[in-house]
This record gives sequence, C-alpha cells and structure tokens, in this order.
Amino acid sequence: MSDTGPLLEVRDLHVRFRTRDGVVSAVNGMSFTLDAGETIAILGESGSGKSVTAQAIMGILPSKTATIPQGSIRYRGTELVGLRERDYRQLRGAKIAMVFQDALSALNPVTSVGRQVSEMFRVRGDMSRRQAKAAAIEVMSHVGIPDPARRFNDYPHQFSGGMRQRVMIATMIALRPSVLIADEPTTALDVTVQAQIMDLLKELQRETGTGLILITHDLGVVASVADRIAVMYAGRVMEQGNVDEIYQRQANPYTVGLLESIPQIDERVGRLPAIPGLPPNLLAVPPGCPYHLRCAMPIDPCFEDPAPPFTQVAPGHHSMCWRAEEVYAGERVAR
Amino acid sequence: MSASPAEAVPAPVAPPENVIEVRNLVKHYPIERGIVFRRQVGTIHAVDGISFDLPRGTTLALVGESGCGKSTVGRLLMGLERPTSGTVRVAGVDLATLSAKGLSAGRRDLQIILQDPYTSLDPRMTVGAIIGEPFDIHPSAVPAGTSVKDAVRDLMDRVGLNPEFVNRYPHQFSGGQRQRIGIARALALRPKVIVADEPVSALDVSVQAQVMNLLMDLRDELGLSYVFVSHDLAVVRQIADTIAVMYLGRLMEYGDAEQIYTRPRNPYTAALLSAVPVADPQVQRTRERIVLGGDLPSPANPPRGCRFSTRCFRAEEVCRQVEPELIEVGPHHRAACHFPLDISEG
Repeated sequence: MSDTGPLLEVRDLHVRFRTRDGVVSAVNGMSFTLDAGETIAILGESGSGKSVTAQAIMGILPSKTATIPQGSIRYRGTELVGLRERDYRQLRGAKIAMVFQDALSALNPVTSVGRQVSEMFRVRGDMSRRQAKAAAIEVMSHVGIPDPARRFNDYPHQFSGGMRQRVMIATMIALRPSVLIADEPTTALDVTVQAQIMDLLKELQRETGTGLILITHDLGVVASVADRIAVMYAGRVMEQGNVDEIYQRQANPYTVGLLESIPQIDERVGRLPAIPGLPPNLLAVPPGCPYHLRCAMPIDPCFEDPAPPFTQVAPGHHSMCWRAEEVYAGERVAR
Repeated sequence: MSASPAEAVPAPVAPPENVIEVRNLVKHYPIERGIVFRRQVGTIHAVDGISFDLPRGTTLALVGESGCGKSTVGRLLMGLERPTSGTVRVAGVDLATLSAKGLSAGRRDLQIILQDPYTSLDPRMTVGAIIGEPFDIHPSAVPAGTSVKDAVRDLMDRVGLNPEFVNRYPHQFSGGQRQRIGIARALALRPKVIVADEPVSALDVSVQAQVMNLLMDLRDELGLSYVFVSHDLAVVRQIADTIAVMYLGRLMEYGDAEQIYTRPRNPYTAALLSAVPVADPQVQRTRERIVLGGDLPSPANPPRGCRFSTRCFRAEEVCRQVEPELIEVGPHHRAACHFPLDISEG
C-alpha cells in the first residue's frame, strides 16, 4: 500500500439503489479529500446522501441493491471501489472505522462490553486472550469509562446512553484507525453528554492524528468541531469549504436558507425564516439544480440540465450554483 | 373555525386566568420483581413534587435531560396517568375528581401532539379519518352548520396541508407533513391547551422551522396555550414565555423565559444552556462551556440533598444533606439552589 497523496480521497462518487419503485440516485457526484488530523463535516438533512457516502467509504453498502456506477474512493492511494471483500476486511476497523448513532443497536446485547472491545484485538490474531483483555481495559479507561476492569463483564443495557457511546468509540479506536467516520455520534444523547462525547472524539483525534469524518444534520455540532464542511442536498454537494468561511459568508442559497432557519439559543426571533417546501423525491430528482424548487433566487438555467457547475468563490471554497458569485457577494433576493 | 377565544380578553386589571394549575404533583412508579410472586423492590421517582401555572394564551416549556420527568408531567396533564399525589387543574377542574367519562369530556380542552409522526398515526387510516376521528367521540364538536368532511378540510387547510389529499395514507406524507396531520387532529376539538411533547425533534432543520412557525401562528390566531415539552433549548427559546427546568423529577428553576435564558441562577440551568452548541464556529470557540461530569443518577435512587449535587460544580456539604427549596430570586423567577449564581455570572 503506497503512502502518497491525501489520507482519503473521494472523487465524483455516485451511489444508486435499486428499489421496487425504481432507481434511487442517493449520491450524485460527491468529492472531498481528508488529511490526517483533519475533521470534515458532511452536513445534510435526511435523504441528502450523507450516510450513504459513509457506507460507501466503509464498503458496507447493501450489496444486493446498491451500486457505485461511477467515481472513486482512495485510501492512501489504494482504490476502494470494487475492492474484494477479503481485502476490505483488512482495512475496516484497522484503518477505517465507523461510530454509529445508536450504540444500543450497534453493540451486541448478549455479549459483554469488555468482550466486544477485546474482540477487536483478538481478530487480528496476534494477541492472547489475556493480552486482549488488558488492552481492552486500557482503551476503555482511555475513553472515560470509570472502573473498566469491574465493568468489563457488564452488558450494554447496563450502561447509560453516553457510556454505551463511549464503549462503541472504544471498539472503534482500539486498533488506532487513521480514518474515523462518526455518523451522528451524539444525536441520540442529551446535550450535556453530547458535549462530553464530542470533546472525547476531538481529544482522541489530537492524540492520534486520525482524520475524522463527521456526518450530521446538526449545525451547532459542526460549528464546534469541524475544520471543513461539505453541505449535501439530494445527493449532491451544494457547498464546500472552511468552516469559518461558510458560517460567515455562504455562497449557496441552500446553505443561506439552512443557517437562517435554525433557531439560535442566544436570540429570540419568534417566527423563523423557514425554507419553503420539501426536499425532492430521490426517485425523481428534477433536472438542473436539485434545490431550484425551494430556492429564493432561481434563474432560467437552474431548471435545466446540466446541474450548475461547482464554482470556486475563494480558495478552497466551492459552491454548486449558477449565482454562487452573487450569493457570495452578499446579494440576496428576498423570498 | 369559530371566533378565537383570545378575543374574549379579560378586564385589564384582572390577573391572567390560569388554564392549568399544577400543585405538588408526584408520580412514582413501582419497580417490581418476580414472575409468580411479584413484589415491589423499589420506586422510580419520575415526578417528585412540582407546581406550576399556565396562564391563558401563553407557552410553558418543560425542559431537561432524558429521564428528568418532563414527558411524565405531560402525560399527567393529559390524564393519561393518575398522579400518586398532588393536583392538576385544567380550566379550574381537578382531573382527579373526574370519572372516566368526565375525563373524556375534559380532554376536549386539552390535546396532545406527539414527537414521532411515524408512529403516532394509524397507518391503515386515511388522513381524513385520522383528523376526523375526534368528532366520532365528540359529535357535538363539529362546528354548527358544517359536515365532518368540511370540518376536516378546514383543519387541513389551516395547518397547511392540501385538502385534496384527504384520502391519502400517512406513509404518503413526509415527516413534516405527518406532524401537520397530528396538529390538525389535535385542533379538531378546538382545545384550550395543547401539550406538545417534542413536536419538532424528529424533523429536519428546514422543516422544523416550518412546523414551529405553524405552532406560533396557531397560538396567535386561536389563542391557544401550550405546554411545550422539549430537550432542545434553542427551539424552546423561540416559543416559550415561561420555563420550568426539571432534573430528576424536581424543578430546578422556574419562571420568565427571558430571565432564565439571560440570567440563569441555578448552576444546572447554566450548564444546560452552555452545553448547547451554537451554530457559529467563532462564537463556539470563545464561549465558556460548563462541561458536567458523569451521567444523570438513577431516578430509582435519587441523591439525597440537592438532586444535582453529584454533578454540580458549586456543590458543598450542605447541598448533599439538605434539599434546597424553590425560592424567589427575582420577579417571576424562582430557583432551587443553596448557592445560586450571581446575576453577573449568568
């Protein structure tokens, strides 16, 4: 395996699902790169394709219905699209790992948590049971599980939601992967616990230089941890760039609308400027820009194919919009 | 829809009438063990002595982490659970004094909107049948001179659903539209109060704003009062007049929403507010956050003294011994804390 280029590089990824009602284009040309120690947030509403992107990287798309007709995913230069399952298994857990939203259903309910963590070391085959147990206790203590030796034989249901999420993080970081994908890691948790878990992920990242892909719909969580953001809508990246830049100066009407519509805790505005309408049905995404039906400032080309180009408005800041420059310059048409 | 009750404004000098009054409300659930010989081995203190008022036309938000008892309070208000002790008065009537039949009539004034629009609607019923079902139980609620069908179409129109879709089924709607169906159903009997239990938590951000706006419009047009149960403090900020912060079944802080958001006096409220991530990276980096250690203790075995003392950054010995009372700390502002934060610290 060569060690050249970025840690992870996704280029023009397309993912389709065959369903009873037709073909769903879940991801339509997703591109991003991730470097060591960096955090990229993939932000989107349900159906935007953010979780499917994560599954494609992990190689866990349902093989019977999903296809990747186009695009490439490279881990340290190695192509993952079309990789044999046997080779993928060498990567999963060891090089690329994933933390899921719901720890209760991701963990095995009939196996003790200690065993689930130590299993990570055992499957490599180079540790004895005793060594694996010691290593598991160490990693459990590392993620902040109090008294891990005593809790080693407890089952997932005996842990609180936050502690279960820590157990899952322990299993995922056990082998020190270089890419960690966290799919809504804090959505199911209370805010006070959410803060603890995000702090833990950041700290682990600082220690190990892991590249973190954070998949979320929560603009607040993104603001607190991400270096860069990719905003997805209907399977496409609408805008991508540095986190500070995007929060301050958007170049896409969807991002503008999204940021305006979220309630802020430090201000009472009463009625919120909501985005009208609904995201498109992925069985029949309209031609042109997928957002044109809800957009505040559409023009004729938006309604026709091809989709708008991915325009660079500033170094490293891109927007998929015919009017990206205007939006970036602050010209907004009132709804 | 008939004339809104808000038009019947009371004389300016009269204090606002309370549509809900809750006094010393307690709900304990027994923990039982054994299959043949069931025996009680403990008690879950879900709600442990709380009192609050809901003046007509206002919104009270019950906030707190999961397990704090906020949803149980919502169920007690609806009469879906009987309190262990304490009283709930809705429009002056004590729910405990009502028979099952009386409770059913009393519920006309009080309706609920549930969190999950995917499980709270019967998948085999059409939207029209779902929204019109309350009229089967209360035929007298159909507005005079109209049919149930017309009433249903009016309700759909009111909540922003196309009345043409009256014969569709819930699965043909998106999450936000399903929540609108639930709201239309709750409005059918022209209630005075709506208990909204996490009404927008399951929705996407862009749709969340639409539903919040609808709830605010309905409040203003129909003079509704809301009990808004939510863990999302940013959403609550937009709608609530009064806040009740709950922790392990007790009120930690209660009073005017603006006061509590800008000058929280209970350390728990301050920690809760500071933990909410702000959608602005620069603010987020410079903001001081109070990160609480540990998890919520079990409501089966709440800590003695102040229930928050095990996680509080200001706790002293007295906090672990003596439970603080909910005392006045400002105009329409109460906090239960031995060492409340200074106003400047908030």
